[in-house]
Amino acid sequence: MELNKIIEVTKGFLVEEFEVDEELILPDANLKETLDLDSLDYVDLVVVIEQNFGFKVQQEDFTDIHTFQDFYAYIEGKVGATAK
Amino acid sequence: MNRVVITGMGIYSCLGYNLDDVKNSLYTGKSGIGLEPIRKELGFRSALTALVEKPILKGLLPRRQRVGLPVHGEYAYLSTVEALKKAGVDQDWLNANEVGIIFGNDSCAEPTIRSVDTLREKGDTALIGSGAVFQAMNSTVSMNLSTIFQLTGINYTVSAACASGSHAIGMGYHMIKSGMQDMIVCGGAQEVNYHSMGSFDALQAFSIREDAPTKASRPFDRDRDGLIPSGGAATVVLESYDSAVKRGANILGEVVGYGFSSNGGHISQPTVEGPVRSLEKCLKDAGLLAKDIDYISAHATSTPVGDMCEAKALYEVFGEAKTLISSTKGMTGHECWMAGASEIVYSLLMMHNDFVAPNINLENPDEDAAKLNIAASTKEHKIDTFLSNSFGFGGTNSSLIIKKVQ
Repeated sequence: MELNKIIEVTKGFLVEEFEVDEELILPDANLKETLDLDSLDYVDLVVVIEQNFGFKVQQEDFTDIHTFQDFYAYIEGKVGATAK
Repeated sequence: MNRVVITGMGIYSCLGYNLDDVKNSLYTGKSGIGLEPIRKELGFRSALTALVEKPILKGLLPRRQRVGLPVHGEYAYLSTVEALKKAGVDQDWLNANEVGIIFGNDSCAEPTIRSVDTLREKGDTALIGSGAVFQAMNSTVSMNLSTIFQLTGINYTVSAACASGSHAIGMGYHMIKSGMQDMIVCGGAQEVNYHSMGSFDALQAFSIREDAPTKASRPFDRDRDGLIPSGGAATVVLESYDSAVKRGANILGEVVGYGFSSNGGHISQPTVEGPVRSLEKCLKDAGLLAKDIDYISAHATSTPVGDMCEAKALYEVFGEAKTLISSTKGMTGHECWMAGASEIVYSLLMMHNDFVAPNINLENPDEDAAKLNIAASTKEHKIDTFLSNSFGFGGTNSSLIIKKVQ
Protein backbone atom coordinates (compact mmCIF):
# COMPACT_ATOMS: atom_id res chain seq x y z
CA MET A 1 0.00 0.00 0.00
CA GLU A 2 1.32 3.43 -0.93
CA LEU A 3 2.01 5.93 1.85
CA ASN A 4 -0.49 8.39 0.38
CA LYS A 5 -3.12 5.69 0.56
CA ILE A 6 -2.16 4.91 4.17
CA ILE A 7 -2.54 8.58 5.07
CA GLU A 8 -5.88 8.81 3.28
CA VAL A 9 -7.28 5.69 4.96
CA THR A 10 -5.96 6.74 8.36
CA LYS A 11 -7.42 10.22 8.15
CA GLY A 12 -10.69 8.70 7.03
CA PHE A 13 -11.19 6.48 10.08
CA LEU A 14 -9.85 9.09 12.50
CA VAL A 15 -12.35 11.64 11.23
CA GLU A 16 -15.16 9.08 11.23
CA GLU A 17 -14.43 7.15 14.43
CA PHE A 18 -12.72 9.76 16.57
CA GLU A 19 -14.62 12.76 15.22
CA VAL A 20 -11.54 14.91 14.86
CA ASP A 21 -11.40 17.82 12.42
CA GLU A 22 -9.37 16.68 9.41
CA GLU A 23 -7.56 20.02 9.28
CA LEU A 24 -6.01 19.26 12.67
CA ILE A 25 -4.44 16.05 11.42
CA LEU A 26 -1.04 17.48 10.51
CA PRO A 27 2.15 15.40 10.17
CA ASP A 28 3.88 17.02 13.14
CA ALA A 29 0.80 17.30 15.36
CA ASN A 30 0.71 15.17 18.50
CA LEU A 31 -1.49 12.11 18.00
CA LYS A 32 -2.65 11.72 21.62
CA GLU A 33 -3.41 15.40 22.14
CA THR A 34 -5.06 15.96 18.78
CA LEU A 35 -7.35 12.96 19.15
CA ASP A 36 -7.78 13.58 22.88
CA LEU A 37 -7.08 9.91 23.52
CA ASP A 38 -7.63 8.29 26.89
CA SER A 39 -6.73 4.70 27.78
CA LEU A 40 -10.07 3.40 26.46
CA ASP A 41 -9.61 5.18 23.13
CA TYR A 42 -6.36 3.32 22.53
CA VAL A 43 -8.34 0.09 22.74
CA ASP A 44 -10.57 1.33 19.93
CA LEU A 45 -7.60 2.57 17.94
CA VAL A 46 -6.27 -0.99 17.92
CA VAL A 47 -9.62 -2.18 16.56
CA VAL A 48 -9.88 0.34 13.72
CA ILE A 49 -6.28 -0.27 12.66
CA GLU A 50 -6.97 -3.99 12.46
CA GLN A 51 -10.16 -3.37 10.52
CA ASN A 52 -8.47 -1.06 8.01
CA PHE A 53 -4.98 -2.51 7.67
CA GLY A 54 -5.39 -6.08 8.83
CA PHE A 55 -2.72 -6.19 11.52
CA LYS A 56 -2.87 -6.13 15.29
CA VAL A 57 -1.12 -3.29 17.11
CA GLN A 58 0.43 -4.10 20.46
CA GLN A 59 -0.54 -1.46 23.00
CA GLU A 60 3.11 -0.95 23.93
CA ASP A 61 3.90 0.05 20.33
CA PHE A 62 2.10 3.34 20.97
CA THR A 63 4.89 4.32 23.37
CA ASP A 64 7.10 5.35 20.45
CA ILE A 65 4.35 6.98 18.39
CA HIS A 66 4.08 10.68 19.15
CA THR A 67 3.13 12.46 15.94
CA PHE A 68 0.88 11.54 13.04
CA GLN A 69 4.05 11.19 10.98
CA ASP A 70 5.24 8.56 13.48
CA PHE A 71 1.87 6.87 13.21
CA TYR A 72 1.96 6.71 9.41
CA ALA A 73 5.52 5.43 9.47
CA TYR A 74 4.58 2.73 11.96
CA ILE A 75 1.69 1.56 9.78
CA GLU A 76 3.90 1.74 6.69
CA GLY A 77 6.40 -0.51 8.38
CA LYS A 78 3.72 -2.99 9.34
CA VAL A 79 1.99 -3.20 5.95
CA GLY A 80 5.13 -3.02 3.85
CA ALA A 81 4.25 0.22 2.13
CA THR A 82 6.01 1.72 -0.85
CA ALA A 83 6.70 5.38 -0.20
CA LYS A 84 5.98 7.74 -3.05
CA MET B 1 -41.81 11.16 55.58
CA ASN B 2 -41.58 13.11 52.32
CA ARG B 3 -44.31 13.19 49.73
CA VAL B 4 -42.97 11.92 46.39
CA VAL B 5 -44.03 13.51 43.14
CA ILE B 6 -43.30 13.11 39.46
CA THR B 7 -42.03 16.27 37.80
CA GLY B 8 -40.71 14.92 34.52
CA MET B 9 -41.44 12.16 32.05
CA GLY B 10 -40.10 11.04 28.71
CA ILE B 11 -40.74 8.17 26.34
CA TYR B 12 -39.19 6.41 23.36
CA SER B 13 -41.46 3.60 22.27
CA CYS B 14 -43.08 1.90 19.31
CA LEU B 15 -45.98 4.32 19.80
CA GLY B 16 -43.76 7.34 19.18
CA TYR B 17 -40.49 8.96 20.15
CA ASN B 18 -41.86 11.82 22.23
CA LEU B 19 -44.75 12.50 24.59
CA ASP B 20 -47.00 14.22 22.05
CA ASP B 21 -46.76 11.46 19.45
CA VAL B 22 -47.28 8.78 22.07
CA LYS B 23 -50.30 10.58 23.50
CA ASN B 24 -51.85 10.66 20.03
CA SER B 25 -51.10 6.98 19.44
CA LEU B 26 -52.67 6.08 22.77
CA TYR B 27 -55.77 8.10 22.03
CA THR B 28 -56.27 6.66 18.56
CA GLY B 29 -55.36 3.09 19.51
CA LYS B 30 -52.47 2.89 17.07
CA SER B 31 -50.47 -0.32 17.05
CA GLY B 32 -46.67 -0.30 17.02
CA ILE B 33 -46.38 -3.96 16.00
CA GLY B 34 -44.94 -5.35 12.76
CA LEU B 35 -42.70 -8.08 11.41
CA GLU B 36 -38.94 -8.57 11.33
CA PRO B 37 -38.47 -11.24 8.64
CA ILE B 38 -34.89 -12.13 9.65
CA ARG B 39 -36.33 -13.77 12.77
CA LYS B 40 -37.87 -16.48 10.62
CA GLU B 41 -34.61 -16.99 8.75
CA LEU B 42 -32.87 -17.42 12.08
CA GLY B 43 -35.40 -20.00 13.25
CA PHE B 44 -37.80 -17.98 15.35
CA ARG B 45 -41.31 -19.34 15.70
CA SER B 46 -42.68 -15.80 15.29
CA ALA B 47 -41.38 -12.77 13.40
CA LEU B 48 -43.78 -10.47 15.23
CA THR B 49 -42.12 -7.61 17.09
CA ALA B 50 -42.59 -4.00 17.99
CA LEU B 51 -40.91 -1.69 15.49
CA VAL B 52 -38.57 0.74 17.24
CA GLU B 53 -35.96 2.71 15.31
CA LYS B 54 -32.37 2.83 16.47
CA PRO B 55 -31.63 6.42 17.57
CA ILE B 56 -28.87 8.39 15.89
CA LEU B 57 -26.91 10.06 18.67
CA LYS B 58 -23.90 11.18 16.64
CA GLY B 59 -23.88 14.94 17.00
CA LEU B 60 -25.88 14.75 20.23
CA LEU B 61 -23.31 12.96 22.38
CA PRO B 62 -19.51 12.81 22.15
CA ARG B 63 -17.98 9.57 20.97
CA ARG B 64 -16.76 8.43 24.39
CA GLN B 65 -20.29 8.73 25.79
CA ARG B 66 -21.81 6.88 22.84
CA VAL B 67 -19.55 3.86 22.58
CA GLY B 68 -20.66 2.40 25.91
CA LEU B 69 -24.37 2.67 25.12
CA PRO B 70 -26.28 -0.38 23.90
CA VAL B 71 -29.37 0.37 21.84
CA HIS B 72 -31.69 0.36 24.85
CA GLY B 73 -29.27 2.74 26.53
CA GLU B 74 -29.71 5.02 23.52
CA TYR B 75 -33.46 4.82 23.91
CA ALA B 76 -33.07 5.63 27.61
CA TYR B 77 -30.81 8.59 26.90
CA LEU B 78 -33.48 10.15 24.70
CA SER B 79 -36.37 9.43 27.08
CA THR B 80 -34.30 10.91 29.91
CA VAL B 81 -33.44 14.04 27.93
CA GLU B 82 -37.17 14.55 27.39
CA ALA B 83 -38.00 13.84 31.04
CA LEU B 84 -35.40 16.25 32.39
CA LYS B 85 -36.56 18.94 30.00
CA LYS B 86 -40.14 18.38 31.10
CA ALA B 87 -38.98 18.64 34.71
CA GLY B 88 -37.26 21.94 34.00
CA VAL B 89 -33.92 20.51 35.10
CA ASP B 90 -30.80 21.46 33.16
CA GLN B 91 -27.17 20.36 33.46
CA ASP B 92 -26.31 23.27 35.76
CA TRP B 93 -28.99 22.10 38.17
CA LEU B 94 -27.79 18.51 38.00
CA ASN B 95 -24.24 19.68 38.71
CA ALA B 96 -25.32 21.70 41.73
CA ASN B 97 -27.60 19.11 43.34
CA GLU B 98 -27.35 15.47 44.37
CA VAL B 99 -29.55 13.63 41.86
CA GLY B 100 -29.73 9.86 41.66
CA ILE B 101 -30.70 7.27 39.08
CA ILE B 102 -32.49 3.93 39.46
CA PHE B 103 -33.36 2.19 36.20
CA GLY B 104 -34.98 -1.11 35.41
CA ASN B 105 -33.11 -3.38 33.00
CA ASP B 106 -32.67 -7.12 32.84
CA SER B 107 -30.64 -7.93 29.72
CA CYS B 108 -27.94 -6.74 27.36
CA ALA B 109 -28.02 -9.62 24.92
CA GLU B 110 -26.92 -7.93 21.71
CA PRO B 111 -23.58 -6.49 22.90
CA THR B 112 -22.82 -9.70 24.77
CA ILE B 113 -23.41 -11.83 21.70
CA ARG B 114 -21.53 -9.46 19.39
CA SER B 115 -18.50 -9.52 21.68
CA VAL B 116 -18.37 -13.29 21.68
CA ASP B 117 -18.88 -13.38 17.90
CA THR B 118 -15.90 -11.02 17.48
CA LEU B 119 -13.79 -13.07 19.86
CA ARG B 120 -14.56 -16.28 17.98
CA GLU B 121 -13.82 -14.63 14.64
CA LYS B 122 -10.66 -12.75 15.60
CA GLY B 123 -9.33 -14.91 18.40
CA ASP B 124 -8.26 -11.86 20.38
CA THR B 125 -10.15 -9.97 23.09
CA ALA B 126 -8.24 -6.79 22.18
CA LEU B 127 -10.35 -6.54 19.04
CA ILE B 128 -13.68 -6.43 20.91
CA GLY B 129 -13.25 -2.71 21.51
CA SER B 130 -13.67 -0.53 24.57
CA GLY B 131 -17.43 -0.07 24.60
CA ALA B 132 -18.60 -3.66 24.79
CA VAL B 133 -18.07 -4.21 28.49
CA PHE B 134 -20.10 -1.13 29.37
CA GLN B 135 -22.82 -2.09 26.92
CA ALA B 136 -23.03 -5.66 28.14
CA MET B 137 -23.41 -5.13 31.88
CA ASN B 138 -26.90 -5.26 33.26
CA SER B 139 -26.39 -1.88 34.92
CA THR B 140 -25.57 -0.35 31.54
CA VAL B 141 -28.37 2.20 31.59
CA SER B 142 -27.79 3.60 35.06
CA MET B 143 -24.02 3.36 34.50
CA ASN B 144 -24.06 5.31 31.25
CA LEU B 145 -26.71 7.87 32.11
CA SER B 146 -25.14 8.71 35.46
CA THR B 147 -21.94 9.44 33.56
CA ILE B 148 -23.56 11.40 30.75
CA PHE B 149 -25.65 13.54 33.09
CA GLN B 150 -22.93 13.64 35.77
CA LEU B 151 -25.26 12.43 38.51
CA THR B 152 -23.92 12.25 42.05
CA GLY B 153 -26.69 10.50 43.99
CA ILE B 154 -27.88 6.90 44.26
CA ASN B 155 -26.86 4.93 41.17
CA TYR B 156 -28.01 1.39 40.45
CA THR B 157 -30.14 -0.87 38.28
CA VAL B 158 -33.12 -2.96 39.30
CA SER B 159 -33.39 -6.33 37.58
CA ALA B 160 -36.76 -7.87 38.24
CA ALA B 161 -37.82 -9.34 34.90
CA CYS B 162 -40.89 -7.65 33.43
CA ALA B 163 -41.52 -5.73 36.64
CA SER B 164 -38.08 -4.06 36.58
CA GLY B 165 -39.28 -0.60 35.57
CA SER B 166 -42.06 -0.60 38.13
CA HIS B 167 -39.82 -1.73 40.97
CA ALA B 168 -37.26 0.91 39.95
CA ILE B 169 -39.89 3.58 40.50
CA GLY B 170 -40.92 1.88 43.74
CA MET B 171 -37.34 1.97 44.99
CA GLY B 172 -36.99 5.62 44.01
CA TYR B 173 -40.24 6.37 45.81
CA HIS B 174 -38.91 4.87 49.04
CA MET B 175 -35.54 6.63 48.75
CA ILE B 176 -37.24 9.98 48.47
CA LYS B 177 -40.01 9.21 50.93
CA SER B 178 -37.43 8.38 53.58
CA GLY B 179 -35.48 11.57 52.92
CA MET B 180 -32.36 9.87 51.55
CA GLN B 181 -32.65 11.64 48.17
CA ASP B 182 -34.53 14.65 46.85
CA MET B 183 -34.54 13.74 43.18
CA ILE B 184 -34.06 10.45 41.33
CA VAL B 185 -34.25 9.72 37.62
CA CYS B 186 -36.19 6.45 37.38
CA GLY B 187 -37.31 4.37 34.45
CA GLY B 188 -37.00 1.22 32.43
CA ALA B 189 -35.29 0.22 29.20
CA GLN B 190 -35.70 -2.76 26.94
CA GLU B 191 -33.81 -3.95 23.87
CA VAL B 192 -36.04 -5.13 21.02
CA ASN B 193 -33.48 -6.97 18.89
CA TYR B 194 -33.65 -10.65 17.97
CA HIS B 195 -30.55 -11.33 20.06
CA SER B 196 -32.54 -10.69 23.21
CA MET B 197 -35.72 -12.44 22.15
CA GLY B 198 -34.66 -15.83 20.74
CA SER B 199 -34.64 -17.55 24.11
CA PHE B 200 -38.05 -16.07 24.92
CA ASP B 201 -39.39 -17.23 21.54
CA ALA B 202 -38.21 -20.72 22.50
CA LEU B 203 -40.88 -20.84 25.20
CA GLN B 204 -43.59 -20.52 22.51
CA ALA B 205 -44.97 -17.57 24.44
CA PHE B 206 -45.14 -15.28 21.40
CA SER B 207 -48.17 -14.81 19.19
CA ILE B 208 -47.87 -16.38 15.74
CA ARG B 209 -50.65 -14.32 14.19
CA GLU B 210 -48.18 -13.08 11.58
CA ASP B 211 -50.80 -12.47 8.91
CA ALA B 212 -52.22 -9.59 10.97
CA PRO B 213 -49.46 -8.00 13.09
CA THR B 214 -51.57 -5.16 14.44
CA LYS B 215 -54.22 -7.65 15.56
CA ALA B 216 -51.78 -10.05 17.18
CA SER B 217 -51.53 -8.56 20.66
CA ARG B 218 -54.97 -9.11 22.22
CA PRO B 219 -54.88 -8.75 26.00
CA PHE B 220 -57.90 -10.34 27.69
CA ASP B 221 -59.37 -11.47 24.35
CA ARG B 222 -60.64 -15.04 24.12
CA ASP B 223 -58.63 -15.64 20.93
CA ARG B 224 -55.25 -14.37 22.12
CA ASP B 225 -52.35 -16.67 21.37
CA GLY B 226 -49.37 -15.02 23.01
CA LEU B 227 -47.46 -11.80 23.54
CA ILE B 228 -45.44 -9.67 21.13
CA PRO B 229 -41.89 -8.72 22.20
CA SER B 230 -41.38 -4.99 22.39
CA GLY B 231 -39.09 -2.38 23.88
CA GLY B 232 -37.82 1.17 24.10
CA ALA B 233 -37.35 3.29 27.19
CA ALA B 234 -39.32 5.44 29.58
CA THR B 235 -38.13 7.87 32.23
CA VAL B 236 -39.84 9.63 35.12
CA VAL B 237 -38.21 12.22 37.35
CA LEU B 238 -39.17 11.55 40.95
CA GLU B 239 -38.76 14.38 43.40
CA SER B 240 -39.74 15.28 46.92
CA TYR B 241 -42.82 17.45 47.01
CA ASP B 242 -40.90 20.11 48.93
CA SER B 243 -38.14 20.21 46.33
CA ALA B 244 -40.65 20.45 43.50
CA VAL B 245 -42.53 23.30 45.16
CA LYS B 246 -39.28 25.08 45.97
CA ARG B 247 -38.22 24.86 42.32
CA GLY B 248 -41.63 25.89 41.08
CA ALA B 249 -41.78 22.67 39.08
CA ASN B 250 -44.87 21.45 37.28
CA ILE B 251 -46.06 18.43 39.26
CA LEU B 252 -47.38 15.68 36.99
CA GLY B 253 -48.54 13.33 39.72
CA GLU B 254 -47.80 11.99 43.18
CA VAL B 255 -46.61 8.46 43.88
CA VAL B 256 -48.82 7.48 46.78
CA GLY B 257 -48.58 3.69 46.79
CA TYR B 258 -46.14 0.89 46.03
CA GLY B 259 -47.06 -2.73 46.58
CA PHE B 260 -45.12 -5.87 45.78
CA SER B 261 -45.09 -9.58 46.30
CA SER B 262 -43.49 -12.75 45.08
CA ASN B 263 -45.57 -15.73 44.05
CA GLY B 264 -43.26 -18.18 45.78
CA GLY B 265 -43.82 -20.83 43.16
CA HIS B 266 -43.15 -21.66 39.52
CA ILE B 267 -40.59 -19.65 37.54
CA SER B 268 -42.96 -18.78 34.68
CA GLN B 269 -46.49 -19.82 35.70
CA PRO B 270 -48.36 -16.87 37.23
CA THR B 271 -50.78 -17.06 40.12
CA VAL B 272 -53.82 -15.13 41.27
CA GLU B 273 -52.83 -14.92 44.91
CA GLY B 274 -49.46 -13.18 44.29
CA PRO B 275 -50.88 -10.24 42.33
CA VAL B 276 -53.76 -9.93 44.82
CA ARG B 277 -51.25 -9.42 47.63
CA SER B 278 -49.35 -6.83 45.56
CA LEU B 279 -52.57 -4.93 44.81
CA GLU B 280 -53.75 -5.01 48.42
CA LYS B 281 -50.36 -3.93 49.72
CA CYS B 282 -50.32 -1.05 47.26
CA LEU B 283 -53.79 0.16 48.27
CA LYS B 284 -52.82 -0.10 51.93
CA ASP B 285 -49.61 1.87 51.35
CA ALA B 286 -51.63 4.58 49.62
CA GLY B 287 -54.32 4.57 52.30
CA LEU B 288 -56.91 4.12 49.55
CA LEU B 289 -59.78 1.75 48.81
CA ALA B 290 -60.51 0.05 45.49
CA LYS B 291 -63.29 2.53 44.78
CA ASP B 292 -60.77 5.39 44.95
CA ILE B 293 -58.92 4.18 41.84
CA ASP B 294 -60.21 5.70 38.58
CA TYR B 295 -58.19 3.60 36.17
CA ILE B 296 -56.04 0.49 36.20
CA SER B 297 -53.26 -0.04 33.68
CA ALA B 298 -53.20 -3.82 33.58
CA HIS B 299 -50.05 -5.85 33.08
CA ALA B 300 -51.98 -8.18 30.71
CA THR B 301 -49.55 -9.21 27.98
CA SER B 302 -51.89 -11.29 25.77
CA THR B 303 -50.79 -14.67 27.06
CA PRO B 304 -53.66 -17.04 27.85
CA VAL B 305 -52.67 -17.92 31.43
CA GLY B 306 -51.15 -14.58 32.45
CA ASP B 307 -54.18 -12.55 31.46
CA MET B 308 -56.52 -15.02 33.10
CA CYS B 309 -54.67 -14.86 36.44
CA GLU B 310 -54.55 -11.06 36.39
CA ALA B 311 -58.23 -10.86 35.48
CA LYS B 312 -59.10 -13.06 38.45
CA ALA B 313 -56.87 -10.98 40.75
CA LEU B 314 -58.37 -7.70 39.50
CA TYR B 315 -61.87 -9.09 39.96
CA GLU B 316 -61.08 -10.16 43.51
CA VAL B 317 -59.84 -6.69 44.50
CA PHE B 318 -61.66 -4.34 42.09
CA GLY B 319 -64.68 -6.37 40.96
CA GLU B 320 -67.10 -4.57 43.21
CA ALA B 321 -65.69 -1.14 42.36
CA LYS B 322 -66.03 -1.88 38.61
CA THR B 323 -62.87 0.14 37.99
CA LEU B 324 -62.11 1.01 34.37
CA ILE B 325 -59.22 -1.12 33.12
CA SER B 326 -57.14 -1.41 29.96
CA SER B 327 -53.90 -2.96 28.87
CA THR B 328 -51.86 -0.76 26.53
CA LYS B 329 -49.95 -3.87 25.45
CA GLY B 330 -52.52 -4.44 22.70
CA MET B 331 -50.81 -1.46 21.03
CA THR B 332 -47.25 -1.77 22.30
CA GLY B 333 -46.72 -5.47 22.75
CA HIS B 334 -44.84 -6.43 25.88
CA GLU B 335 -42.19 -3.85 26.71
CA CYS B 336 -40.74 -6.18 29.35
CA TRP B 337 -38.12 -4.43 31.57
CA MET B 338 -39.40 -1.07 30.40
CA ALA B 339 -43.12 -1.77 30.78
CA GLY B 340 -43.47 -0.82 34.43
CA ALA B 341 -42.08 2.63 33.67
CA SER B 342 -43.61 3.20 30.23
CA GLU B 343 -47.06 2.31 31.49
CA ILE B 344 -46.72 4.95 34.20
CA VAL B 345 -45.91 7.46 31.44
CA TYR B 346 -48.84 6.24 29.31
CA SER B 347 -51.22 6.52 32.26
CA LEU B 348 -49.91 9.98 33.17
CA LEU B 349 -50.60 11.07 29.59
CA MET B 350 -54.14 9.71 29.92
CA MET B 351 -54.59 11.41 33.30
CA HIS B 352 -53.55 14.78 31.93
CA ASN B 353 -55.70 14.46 28.83
CA ASP B 354 -58.83 12.95 30.40
CA PHE B 355 -59.03 9.69 28.50
CA VAL B 356 -58.42 6.01 28.90
CA ALA B 357 -56.47 4.39 26.07
CA PRO B 358 -58.15 1.42 24.45
CA ASN B 359 -57.37 -2.21 25.09
CA ILE B 360 -57.25 -2.76 21.34
CA ASN B 361 -58.19 -6.09 19.78
CA LEU B 362 -60.47 -6.99 22.68
CA GLU B 363 -63.33 -8.37 20.60
CA ASN B 364 -64.48 -11.29 22.70
CA PRO B 365 -63.48 -11.11 26.37
CA ASP B 366 -62.83 -14.47 27.92
CA GLU B 367 -64.86 -15.68 30.88
CA ASP B 368 -62.73 -13.89 33.49
CA ALA B 369 -62.21 -10.68 31.55
CA ALA B 370 -65.95 -10.43 30.88
CA LYS B 371 -66.48 -9.78 34.61
CA LEU B 372 -64.24 -6.69 34.44
CA ASN B 373 -64.90 -3.15 33.20
CA ILE B 374 -62.34 -3.15 30.37
CA ALA B 375 -62.15 -0.25 27.90
CA ALA B 376 -62.08 -1.90 24.48
CA SER B 377 -62.24 1.52 22.84
CA THR B 378 -60.97 4.95 23.87
CA LYS B 379 -63.01 6.40 26.75
CA GLU B 380 -63.27 10.04 27.67
CA HIS B 381 -62.65 9.62 31.36
CA LYS B 382 -61.38 11.84 34.16
CA ILE B 383 -58.57 10.20 36.07
CA ASP B 384 -57.47 11.52 39.45
CA THR B 385 -55.86 8.32 40.64
CA PHE B 386 -54.57 5.32 38.73
CA LEU B 387 -52.91 2.03 39.52
CA SER B 388 -50.38 0.29 37.29
CA ASN B 389 -49.52 -3.42 37.49
CA SER B 390 -46.31 -5.15 36.44
CA PHE B 391 -45.51 -8.83 36.87
CA GLY B 392 -42.49 -10.86 35.88
CA PHE B 393 -40.79 -14.24 35.64
CA GLY B 394 -39.88 -15.66 38.99
CA GLY B 395 -43.22 -14.50 40.29
CA THR B 396 -42.18 -10.91 41.00
CA ASN B 397 -45.15 -8.52 41.22
CA SER B 398 -45.26 -4.75 41.53
CA SER B 399 -48.08 -2.24 41.71
CA LEU B 400 -47.90 1.54 41.83
CA ILE B 401 -50.59 4.12 42.54
CA ILE B 402 -50.22 7.64 41.17
CA LYS B 403 -52.51 10.49 42.17
CA LYS B 404 -53.08 13.86 40.58
CA VAL B 405 -51.88 16.74 42.75
CA GLN B 406 -54.61 19.35 42.76
